[in-house]
Amino acid sequence: MDLDALGACLTTPACVVTQATSGLIVGMLLFLVAAGVTLIFGVLKIVNFAHGTFYMLGGYVAYSALGATDSYALAVLSATLAMALFGVVFERALMSRVYGSNVLMQLLVCYAVVLIFDDVVKIVWGPEFHAMGMPPAFQVPPLFIAGGVVPPFYAVLIVIAALIAIVLGLGLSMTRLGKTVRAAAINSQMVSALGINTTLLFAIVFAVGGGLAGLAGALAAPVRSLSPGMGFSILIESFIVTVIGGMGSIGGALVSALLIGMVRAFGTIGFPQFTDGLIYIVMIAILLLRPQGLFGRSP
Amino acid sequence: MKPHPASRDVVIAAVALIVVLAIPLFHRSPAFEDFIIRLSAMALFATSLNLPVGNTGMVSFGHGMFYGLGAYAFALMMQMTDLSLPVAAVLAVSITTLASFCVGAICVRLSTDYFAFITLAFQMLFYSVVISWQSLTGGDQGLRGGIPRREIFGFELSSQLHLYQFCSVVAVLGLLALRHVSTSPLGQTLRMIRDNEDRASFLGVVLWRARLLAFTIAGAFAGLGGVLAALFVSGAYPELADWPNSGQAIFAVMLGGINSFLGPALGAAILLALNDAVTRFTEYYGLVLGIVILAFAVGFRRGVLDFLRLAWPRSSK
Repeated sequence: MDLDALGACLTTPACVVTQATSGLIVGMLLFLVAAGVTLIFGVLKIVNFAHGTFYMLGGYVAYSALGATDSYALAVLSATLAMALFGVVFERALMSRVYGSNVLMQLLVCYAVVLIFDDVVKIVWGPEFHAMGMPPAFQVPPLFIAGGVVPPFYAVLIVIAALIAIVLGLGLSMTRLGKTVRAAAINSQMVSALGINTTLLFAIVFAVGGGLAGLAGALAAPVRSLSPGMGFSILIESFIVTVIGGMGSIGGALVSALLIGMVRAFGTIGFPQFTDGLIYIVMIAILLLRPQGLFGRSP
Repeated sequence: MKPHPASRDVVIAAVALIVVLAIPLFHRSPAFEDFIIRLSAMALFATSLNLPVGNTGMVSFGHGMFYGLGAYAFALMMQMTDLSLPVAAVLAVSITTLASFCVGAICVRLSTDYFAFITLAFQMLFYSVVISWQSLTGGDQGLRGGIPRREIFGFELSSQLHLYQFCSVVAVLGLLALRHVSTSPLGQTLRMIRDNEDRASFLGVVLWRARLLAFTIAGAFAGLGGVLAALFVSGAYPELADWPNSGQAIFAVMLGGINSFLGPALGAAILLALNDAVTRFTEYYGLVLGIVILAFAVGFRRGVLDFLRLAWPRSSK
C-alpha cells in the first residue's frame, strides 16, 4: 500500500491526466465488452460467459488482418464483422438449444466454448504472447495535456468508444429496432405474440454483442498483448461492470465501466499489488448496498 | 419392510470402503492409487457443490475458493505450527466453514444470476489475495517446502499406500455425512425450495436460513476436499482456488448427474480419467474437454446417472 504516492499523484496535474487517460482507455474497452453482456442479458436473460472469447478472437482476427492488409481500419472492421457473425453462429448453433434449460446448462455451454477457443487460438496463433504494435498511422509524437502524456491512439480509441456509446444509446431509445429490443427485454413472449420475429431479434442481439466485443478486441490489440487467456480477465471485469451498473442497463454499464477504469488506473499507484482485489471489493460493496446495481430496476 | 435408508447407506459405504482398501492387497498400482487419492479430494469437492447446486438450485460459481482455502489453511498450519495432522485438518475445515458462512451470509439473498456472479467475485478476490500476499502464500509459485507428514494413528502419510487408505477413509466418511445431510429433513427442505420457493416460504421455511446452511455445509466439505488435495500435492497452489477449478467442479456435478447423490463423484472420476487419458495424447486438453461438455450439455442434456435412471426408472431408486 502506498497512499503517499497516490496523494502525490492526485496533486500533480500531469499524473492525474496520464492516469485518467489510461483509466478512460480501460473503462471504454470494458464498456464495449460489457455493453454486449448487458444487452444479451437484458433481452435473453442469459449470462454470456463466453463473451470474453469474442473479445479475444476479435483481437487475434485484427492481428492477422493487419498482417494481411496493412490497414488498421480494415483490421478493426474485419474483427467487428467476423465476431458479429461468430455471435450469430454461437447463438444459433449452441445457445438457442439451451434457452429453456437452467442456468447451469447455459453456463456449461459457454464454459465449453471458452475452453475450446482458448485451445483453438493456441493451435492457430501459438501459445505465446503476441504484440500487434502501434499501427503506423498512430506512430506520431504524443499530445501533452497539462503536462500529462496522451498518445494520439488513446484519444482516437476514446472517441470511437464514446461514439459507439452514443449510437447505442440513441439506437435503443429512438429506432424501431431499439424499441423492439427494449420491449423484448421486458416481455419477449408478448413481443413474439405481436408478430415480431424474436428468433431474428435474438440473433441480432448476439450479433451486436459479438461485434462490439470484436471491436473492443481489435481496439485493444495495439495497446495490450494478445494471449490465449486474455478473454477471461476482461470477462470477469465486464461482469463486474454489468453487476455494478445494473444488469440490462447500457447507461449503467458506461458509468460503471469508467468507474472501474478509474479505480484500476489510480489503484495501481496506491495499491500496486492489490488492484484486482480493490475492484472486487467495490463490487461486493455495491451489491450489498444496492443489489440491483446503480442503474438497475429493482427486481 | 424395507431397511432403514440411513443404515442402507452405511452398508453401501462400508462395502465400498472395504473394496477400495482391499484392492492394494491384491494388486499394487501406483497410477491407480494416485488416481484414487486425487479422486477422493475431487469427489468431496464436487459432491459438496451439488448440495447448493443440485439440491437447492443455487448455482455457485465460486466453490473453488473453499477448496483452495481448505488447502492453504491446512498446509500453512502444518508448516508453521506443530499441530498434529487431525487437529490441523479440523481447524482448516473450521476456518473454511466460517469463511463460507460469511460469504454465504452476504450472497444467499441474491437471485440466481447475481448469486453466480458474486460467488465468482469472492473467489477471485480470494485468488487475488493469495497471489498478492507473497510472504504468506508464496504468490503464484504456490506454497512450497512441503507439508511435514506427521504420523497419525499408525498411518505414515509419506507412504503412498497409507495416504491412499487415509484419503479413501476420509472421502467415504465425508460422502456418507453429505448423504446424511441430503436425506435429512434439511435436505428435503432444500429440494422443496429448489422446486417451489414460494410454497416453501408459505409453509414457514425461512429461505435464506436454509440456503445459508446449505452453502455453509458445502463450503465445509469443499474445505475437507482441499485438505486432501493439499496432502496429495504436499503444498497448496493458487490454481486450486482459480476459476477453472470451480468450472471443473460444476462440470463434474453436471456430467455425473445433479439429481443423483453419487452423480458428482462419478462425474469427478470420469473427468479425472478423461484428463489423464487426453493429456497423454495431446496438450489441447481444453479442446477435448469442451467438446465433451458440449456433447453432454447440448446433446444428452443430463448427466450419466440421471440418464441411466431415466432409462431404467426403478433400478437405482
